[in-house]
Amino acid sequence: MIRASLAALICLAACGEQTPPQMAADSALAPSEVRSGYTFLQPETQALQDDDFSNPSYLWIDRGAGLFSQAPEKGGAACASCHTGANLPLEGAAARYPAYDEASKSLVNLEGRINLCRQQHQALAPLAYESDDLLSLTGYVASLSRGESVSVSIEGPAAPYYEMGRAYFFQRKGQLNLACSQCHNEHWGRQLRGDTISQGHGNAFPAYRLEWQAFGSLHRRLRDCDAGIRAEPLDYGSELYTAVELYLASRAGGLPMESPGVRR
Amino acid sequence: MNTQGTLAAALMVLLSACGQDSGAGLASEVVIEADSIPASLTGEAGSMAAGAAEFVSREGGHCVLCHAIEGLEAEFQGNVGPDLTGVGERLTPGQIRLRIVDAQRIWPDTVMPAYYRTGGLRQVGQEFDGRPALTAGQIEDLVAYLSSQGS
Ligand code: HEC
Ligand code: HEC
Ligand code: HEC
Repeated sequence: MIRASLAALICLAACGEQTPPQMAADSALAPSEVRSGYTFLQPETQALQDDDFSNPSYLWIDRGAGLFSQAPEKGGAACASCHTGANLPLEGAAARYPAYDEASKSLVNLEGRINLCRQQHQALAPLAYESDDLLSLTGYVASLSRGESVSVSIEGPAAPYYEMGRAYFFQRKGQLNLACSQCHNEHWGRQLRGDTISQGHGNAFPAYRLEWQAFGSLHRRLRDCDAGIRAEPLDYGSELYTAVELYLASRAGGLPMESPGVRR
Repeated sequence: MNTQGTLAAALMVLLSACGQDSGAGLASEVVIEADSIPASLTGEAGSMAAGAAEFVSREGGHCVLCHAIEGLEAEFQGNVGPDLTGVGERLTPGQIRLRIVDAQRIWPDTVMPAYYRTGGLRQVGQEFDGRPALTAGQIEDLVAYLSSQGS
């Protein structure tokens, strides 16, 4: 009897050793050490972001400003005719996204919110995720919040999305079996070959990435990180990436909005 | 049979049962003794020169992502993992082999990937599913290269 239970104990220990945890160890950034990805960049890359005339994002932002004030071809109101300085101003709005939307009963990020306005207020079809038009509009609207502190709500109906995003952040996955937290909570500041691992905040996005030679969304950045650990990336605009976006924004609470940022 | 013998036998049986149902399978059957895999995965010795190339190349092991070795010709060597200069003096070839095959058996929370593992993973990219990150041959080349460090 004793021998059998002893053997069972040994087996449990052995099995435990052979099955590594599916969730990475619990970890967190101390509030005092939260830093934007900007602070890890080379001075030349920082300079590109700092100067609107050399920041390549402005190709998209200027285009977005144009689209914003253009009335739809088939008639109807331009974004700018509803969102004026006095009425429904969008300054600071991007810093509060993703947010839970009562009407659609879902979590929407800035891209999603813009598409809702197209559908509900302009009778237009939603723009495809990562299309130049949607990136340009999103970038333009985000630029109106530059310098504002990231501040999302994770209460009430947003709470389950926050938990979902958090779980993804700590979930080990991919052929390399890594979780976001292992790089961005446990090893930020370290060199991963030529890259300094930052804390993985989303406050610069949409951003121009030198590696892309293009302006791109946060979901595109997340797809790159997932692909890097050889995990199957999720779809653009998926509920789960939007939930991760909410978790990241809450984790980055208080950091200034940098979009349109420039990254390596 | 004495108590020790019975226990050892039971342990052997249980261990192999665990191996099957734990889901954390390796790409082929491998005998692990303590913190080491004494036998070559291919039955042959690897090539040091090929291992040095594997250690650096993006398509291969790309170990320089996280590790540096003094004197190795590769720019921007990482420091997420420990410096592996002279690692052949600290570890036996068998110990190095297990660390490449499945470092997570030794350190469950490590960021070091388990390069010969195919089981117990989730959301693996389609093109990588069902195969290990490195082949047995690539691992043997790395074992040969790293074992030569420091000697
Ligand atoms: C193997 C390490 C690793 C893992 C795992 C990883 N990342 Fe990253 N991540 C990086 C590196 C390297 C960069 C580029 C440099 C940096 O950190 O900004 C990056 C960049 C980012 C950025 C952009 C930060 C900025 O300021 O530009 C975000 C956001 C991010 N990661 C989130 C995630 C999330 C979410 C996950 C999990 C789905 C994840 N990362 C998994 C290494 C990793
Ligand atoms: C006909 C009026 C109208 C038009 C046109 C319109 N919107 Fe809106 N927008 C609204 C209203 C009203 C809201 C408040 C939420 C709601 O009730 O839909 C809103 C909300 C928003 C928000 C969220 C603001 C916040 O503080 O949460 C953003 C961002 C936004 N719109 C962007 C746009 C963009 C970009 C366009 C053009 C593609 C556009 N809107 C076109 C009426 C409009
Ligand atoms: C994503 C980061 C990462 C990558 C990639 C990586 N390692 Fe490691 N490695 C580590 C860490 C971290 C440790 C230390 C174990 C720990 O405490 O977590 C380690 C430990 C080791 C050790 C044991 C060193 C000692 O002194 O105990 C060896 C040997 C080793 N790695 C070889 C390799 C080889 C060969 C490759 C490429 C095929 C590789 N590593 C790729 C992170 C990495």
